[in-house]
Amino acid sequence: MKLTDFTYEVKEGIGISFQAIRANKMRSVLTMLGIVIGIVSVTLMGTAIEGLSRAFNESVSKLGADVLYVQKFPWFFGGDDWWKFRNRKDIDLKQYRDVKDQATTISAITPLSRRRLTIKYGNRSSDGIIVSGANEQYILTTGASMDLGRFFSQAEANGGRPVAVIGYTVAENLFPSETPLGKNVKIGGVSFRIVGVIGKQGSFLGMDLDNCAVIPITNFLQKFASHRRGIDLNVKVADMKDLENTKEELRGILRKIRSVKPGAEDDFAINQQEMFIQTFNKIGIVVAGIGLFITALSLFVGAIGIMNIMFVSVSERTKEIGIRKAIGAKRSTILLQFLIESAALSLVGGIIGIIISYPLSLLINQILPTSMPILVVLIAIIISVLVGMISGFLPANRASKMDPVEALRYE
Amino acid sequence: MQPVINIKNVKKTYIMGTVEVNALVDVSLQINKNEYVAIMGPSGSGKSTLMNIIGCLDTPTSGLYEFNGVNVSEMNDNELAKIRNKEIGFVFQTFNLLARSDALHNVELPLVYAGMKKTDRRESAKEALTHVKLEDRMHHKPNELSGGQRQRVAIARALVTKPSIILADEPTGNLDSKTGIEIMALFDELHRQGNTIILVTHEEDIAHYAHRVIRVRDGMVESDHMVENRITHKAPVSVE
Ligand SMILES: Nc1ncnc2c1ncn2[C@@H]1O[C@H](COP(=O)(O)OP(=O)(O)OP(=O)(O)O)[C@@H](O)[C@H]1O
Ligand SMILES: [Mg+2]
Repeated sequence: MKLTDFTYEVKEGIGISFQAIRANKMRSVLTMLGIVIGIVSVTLMGTAIEGLSRAFNESVSKLGADVLYVQKFPWFFGGDDWWKFRNRKDIDLKQYRDVKDQATTISAITPLSRRRLTIKYGNRSSDGIIVSGANEQYILTTGASMDLGRFFSQAEANGGRPVAVIGYTVAENLFPSETPLGKNVKIGGVSFRIVGVIGKQGSFLGMDLDNCAVIPITNFLQKFASHRRGIDLNVKVADMKDLENTKEELRGILRKIRSVKPGAEDDFAINQQEMFIQTFNKIGIVVAGIGLFITALSLFVGAIGIMNIMFVSVSERTKEIGIRKAIGAKRSTILLQFLIESAALSLVGGIIGIIISYPLSLLINQILPTSMPILVVLIAIIISVLVGMISGFLPANRASKMDPVEALRYE
Repeated sequence: MQPVINIKNVKKTYIMGTVEVNALVDVSLQINKNEYVAIMGPSGSGKSTLMNIIGCLDTPTSGLYEFNGVNVSEMNDNELAKIRNKEIGFVFQTFNLLARSDALHNVELPLVYAGMKKTDRRESAKEALTHVKLEDRMHHKPNELSGGQRQRVAIARALVTKPSIILADEPTGNLDSKTGIEIMALFDELHRQGNTIILVTHEEDIAHYAHRVIRVRDGMVESDHMVENRITHKAPVSVE
């Protein structure tokens, strides 16, 4: 067959397909349903995985892969252990000072305690701001930089001065038209002077990282730690390559200052990004697994539906097949025509699926920073065409093998 | 001169369960270029079976069929499709047009399968429709046309590839007599323009348009003779 013949036959096939779909709108739409669901789940899964990997990359750069988090609770544990962790001795400022003095392989360390508080300036106010009590090295452990002004100094931190550094969003909300520097705000009812604004950090897992403020930890513990509670230590390692050594060093120091008996297990946790990475990967695998299962199932159902309707279509159009054969359509022509028709049916389903997925992907974007990757759209289109062709093959083959005389006699 | 159609001892047997139906028992005939042949015979005598074999829609159970000197009885599906497409124009009693396509596309379709370029096939299809006086009905679907007009579309479709023969199996069978006469006049004209025409009919008057009448009975040729007082009816082909 010449290539031009082939293109004419393909064009004719496409024309016939859309004619047929239009002639049986309701039936076609119902048939497409399985494909639509399949493609929606393919695209949403792709979008979610894209989102997870973006969130993952951002979290690594935002939270810093070279930061260790010394806390009472490990980040991930089974529910049964909760009480055990809960009853551990708190980490306090004295331990912070000891670690700071003794550790040699760290480049920055800050004690950390957090609470959601309201910040007010004049008649403006922002609720639910994450207020951290920290020391002057806090900014070094976050990987963020200053947008305006400066971070508070060691003297201010040690002296418990009423100074504060606010996040980008807080600055935007409270000071839409003036500089926040030097202004006094009320944090949880207590007056603080703003000395700096932290540069934009974006959001992470739907949480606005810029909706925050940082004040000296001594002030924080005095004013806002209503019941005695422990603090965390965020430690930045001096050399990423020595992360494990630093971890060991910290462990040694902490065991000593917390008087953990030799042989007893640690009564603290040293958390690190690695755990996030693992968890993200796990979530990713689960999402992909569920997505694949739904996708495969609905595409399979869709394929059966298309095959069924194509068999119906072929037998309904027996006469048409006879006519086409009588005027010169070859077997391959008829085969191609019906393959194109089932592919078109499936493709239309796929496109509807993509159209439905788009707003849903925007919803996902509320939780994960993502957008529908163009690659996923392409894959979805290819999948739907392939499913159509595969499920259309048997009916198309039956059509192509029809005897012209018999077919023409069909009423 | 080589005949267009050379059929020798052709047999067609259908097997219905355990019963063998001999639709064609032993048929031999030759048809030359520019002949105008009518095939007649009672119902069930095998006329349609013969036409289907001549039209390469079906193959004989045994015997020889040569088309333009080429043995067709041994051709495969694709080769038969090609002959049907290029060499044969088939006109059916029930028109057999594609219901969803307009007249123009129906006429164009054989050329699609022939692999002709779009502009060229549009051109040819319009020409064929003009030939049957339907130039103002090109974009009508079959259900928007009268019976006679539908048959004229079918004839245009048969003509459009400039085939070696035009086969018509009871082309007037579904038409009233006035419209039937118009269609016959059209065949007459096509014949005068040099086409070879074979048509099946039940009606003696229709057969008298032809030059030669072959009578079939029980799957055999009963008689085969030239028509003496041929009708050369030139009914005005009106456009209703
Ligand atoms: N596909 C088939 N299977 C079995 N028998 C068939 C088949 N096609 C035709 N026949 C038989 O072959 C014989 C000839 O049929 P054919 O259609 O050729 O008759 P015909 O001369 O065209 O009749 P009519 O004038 O009624 O159209 C009939 O007895 C018919 O029953
Ligand atoms: Mg018949």
